[in-house]
Amino acid sequence: MLTSGVILLAGSLLSPEPGLIFWTAVTFVIVMVILKKIAWGPIITALEEREKGIQSAIDRAHQAKDESEAILRKNRELLAKADAEADKIVREGKEYAEKLRADITGKAQEESKKMIAAALSAIEQEKHRALDVLRNEVADLAVMGAEKIIKTALDADMQKKIVNSMLQDLSTKRN
Amino acid sequence: MKRLNFIQSRAFFRVIAILVPLVLNVYGIAAGSTEKASTVSGSVAVVPAGEVVRGAEGGEEEEKAGDVIMHHILNNRVFAFPPFGEVKLPEIKVGGYDISITKHVVMLWVVSAILVVLFSIVGGKYKKMTARQAPGGLVNAMEALVEFIRIDVAKANIGHGYEKYLTYLLTVFFFVLLCNLLGLVPYGATATGNINVTLTLATFSFFLTQSAALKAHGIKGYLAHLTGGTHPALWVIMIPIEFIGLFTKPVALTIRLFANMTAGHIVILSLIFISFILKSYIVAVVMSVPFSIFIYLLELFVAFLQAFIFTMLSALFIGLASAHEGHDEHEAGVASH
Repeated sequence: MLTSGVILLAGSLLSPEPGLIFWTAVTFVIVMVILKKIAWGPIITALEEREKGIQSAIDRAHQAKDESEAILRKNRELLAKADAEADKIVREGKEYAEKLRADITGKAQEESKKMIAAALSAIEQEKHRALDVLRNEVADLAVMGAEKIIKTALDADMQKKIVNSMLQDLSTKRN
Repeated sequence: MKRLNFIQSRAFFRVIAILVPLVLNVYGIAAGSTEKASTVSGSVAVVPAGEVVRGAEGGEEEEKAGDVIMHHILNNRVFAFPPFGEVKLPEIKVGGYDISITKHVVMLWVVSAILVVLFSIVGGKYKKMTARQAPGGLVNAMEALVEFIRIDVAKANIGHGYEKYLTYLLTVFFFVLLCNLLGLVPYGATATGNINVTLTLATFSFFLTQSAALKAHGIKGYLAHLTGGTHPALWVIMIPIEFIGLFTKPVALTIRLFANMTAGHIVILSLIFISFILKSYIVAVVMSVPFSIFIYLLELFVAFLQAFIFTMLSALFIGLASAHEGHDEHEAGVASH
């Protein structure tokens, strides 16, 4: 109790001291000037430089990322294009092959048809010729047979009679 | 389970170790007083003199406690290094003004010297360092503080154009911080526990704040601000209020720092003197030493806190003074605090 009383009553806690104010001001200003020169200047500059460096590094990283992304995109596009191209080429090749096959098959079929037709016509011709030959042969044979039959069976009286009768018939018919 | 028992038993022994001497001491005091009573009643001739001496001693001790505390806190022309002796500081008078070197002036110079040495080392490292190198050790520790003041105090509160005030804010932060901390060192004195020192520092803040306001608003805007933007009929009231308001901020800065630094030291010294006043080792062991250590650690925290608050509020006032838009709302918000 007494202690706190003494402290309160002392009053010198709030007593003004012009000398101390003067020295505080002088000391503080001098310290501020010195520190500005030796410390704050270099430190702040270094910090700002580092900040800028970090910022630029970040910026550069972002830029690089953007660039790489662009390249990747481009690559993908190219790849897609190449894929499409390849697809197209394959498709076209297939189509061409198909067409070629169809063509060749068609031609071959045509050819074979032609050949078959030619063969058929040849066969027909041959058949006709054979038949002709056969017919002639048969006719000859028949003629020969008939000749022989006729030769053996021919009789003058009979012939005369037949001719006569025929003449008679003719004359009657004409009348 | 066994471990728990062990801890419990240890705690029990500790409580016993504290309680037993306390009880014994109380018994001793009681015994002493009865003895005293008996001696007083017994031999009147010899003992009263001793009693009187003892009483006088007690009274002197109590008064001494207050004196010693004040002696520790107040400024004087003697720099004492008990028990080695003391250094009498020179008295200087210029043109009738007393600008003697006092204990607090010496502390200010010690602080300045430490700051200059410390930062010439740190600054030198920075001059040598390229932007790609990372700081280490002391430089890194200082950089953390500088960066904290730069970003979280100056930039956050002042905003655009904070670089101009950075020199002042950084200097005042480290100056106040080191003054506060040196007050906690043996043989040291707290220069910031002297109202003259804090007043001077707050005056710097005040001038910076006013110049920031003048720069931001011009003389016309500055004067218009004094009217509080009210109707001319209210100017009779508003102008004195706003004018006083200009000075409340630095006065608050002054008293906050001074009172915080002084109060902590008075509490520590009082706690120590309790054991001397009561003349008891038990009180010293149980109360004075642990509590003063606790307050000391608290003071260590307060040293940082008050340095930060002084800087922070200076930056805040400068920021408020130089704010262009919506500063009235800000001020209203601050006023409501």
